[in-house]
Amino acid sequence: MNPVNYLYLAALLFAIGATGVLIRRNVIVVFMCVELMLNACNLAFVAFARLHGNLDGQIIAFFTMVVAAAEVVVGLAIIVSLFRSRHSASVDDASLMKL
Amino acid sequence: MTALAAYTTSTGEAVQFWVLATVAVIGALCTILMRKAVHSALCLAGTMIILAVFYLANGAYFLGIVQIVVYTGAIMMLFLFVVMLVGVTAADSLKETIKGQRWLAALCGFGFAILLFAGIGNASLKDFNGLAKANEGGNVEGLASLIFTKYVFAFEITGALLITATVGAMVLTHRERTERAKTQRERAEERVREGKHLPPLPAPGVYARHNAVDIAGLLPDGTPSELTVNQTLRERGQIRDVSSEALNDLRALEQRAADRLERPGSVRPDTGRSGEGDSGSDPVAAAAGEQTEEASK
Repeated sequence: MNPVNYLYLAALLFAIGATGVLIRRNVIVVFMCVELMLNACNLAFVAFARLHGNLDGQIIAFFTMVVAAAEVVVGLAIIVSLFRSRHSASVDDASLMKL
Repeated sequence: MTALAAYTTSTGEAVQFWVLATVAVIGALCTILMRKAVHSALCLAGTMIILAVFYLANGAYFLGIVQIVVYTGAIMMLFLFVVMLVGVTAADSLKETIKGQRWLAALCGFGFAILLFAGIGNASLKDFNGLAKANEGGNVEGLASLIFTKYVFAFEITGALLITATVGAMVLTHRERTERAKTQRERAEERVREGKHLPPLPAPGVYARHNAVDIAGLLPDGTPSELTVNQTLRERGQIRDVSSEALNDLRALEQRAADRLERPGSVRPDTGRSGEGDSGSDPVAAAAGEQTEEASK
């Protein structure tokens, strides 16, 4: 088996995540799909690091993880404050900037 | 060990890939198809663990462990925490705001996947180098030497980013107190001044048979007192009324006694008399009794 298969898997997972972002209405699930896309990118980076034979891809994947952690913290804080003000976790309800 | 794992894609790895990749794709599909957010989160956690195994198989030992610790350990549990906070029972609405949006989105995702596949298929990726040389002095050491030399500025900025994210989360979820919190003495004085409930509120529970918090205590005349149950339960309407249970028990007892003594004629007036004698609101009590029976089922 060629490690290119990992890239195919990453592409498939990324496409599934993107579809989920478009389909789902719940903010939390949409956010989870974004996480899935980030993970797919990480898998591609790690596979490329192996294909190229250096560790730079793994470093980038590591930074992606750090950024994802920061993003999750802020995103979930936004979701919680959104839910507090609107009592709903649906993206359709958040159609106005003000309350 | 690292040299062997990195140079050849062994049959074992191929088997591992095909088995785990199937599970990962199923997990990802379940993530976007499950109705409840909790199920989605659990499926995504499974997919992430499988990705961690893939990282390990690709020679990224540090990232594999970090994936499990940070992603499945911290991030997914944070997700579950927020799901619990927002409400587990809230399922996604199936009403389409834009007509045919779901199918169009699925079509777009499918087309996007084909595009990506075509791109990867056209790239010349026939041979690969493997990480044997890069992982020679150990994977963690290799990553560390890169992070602290070539990527040191990115690393520093990452620290700033984390601090900013922490502060941002605190600012977003913190609610400012607009007035000073009352001290215990002030609240006690206020209670005395109002003069409504000087002693503590009465406890829930009836006749030493039910001491659950959602059962209202009974007043001397047999009516339930809403004051005895928690305000949250009162507002949710989750109070169970068992005030008529004793009367129903008595009635059942009399019925059984009448059946045993074989006096079918005297049953009806007997129960009717006892119902009238005990309380004036017989039909109401009977209805409440039926409700509690249904609830107990």
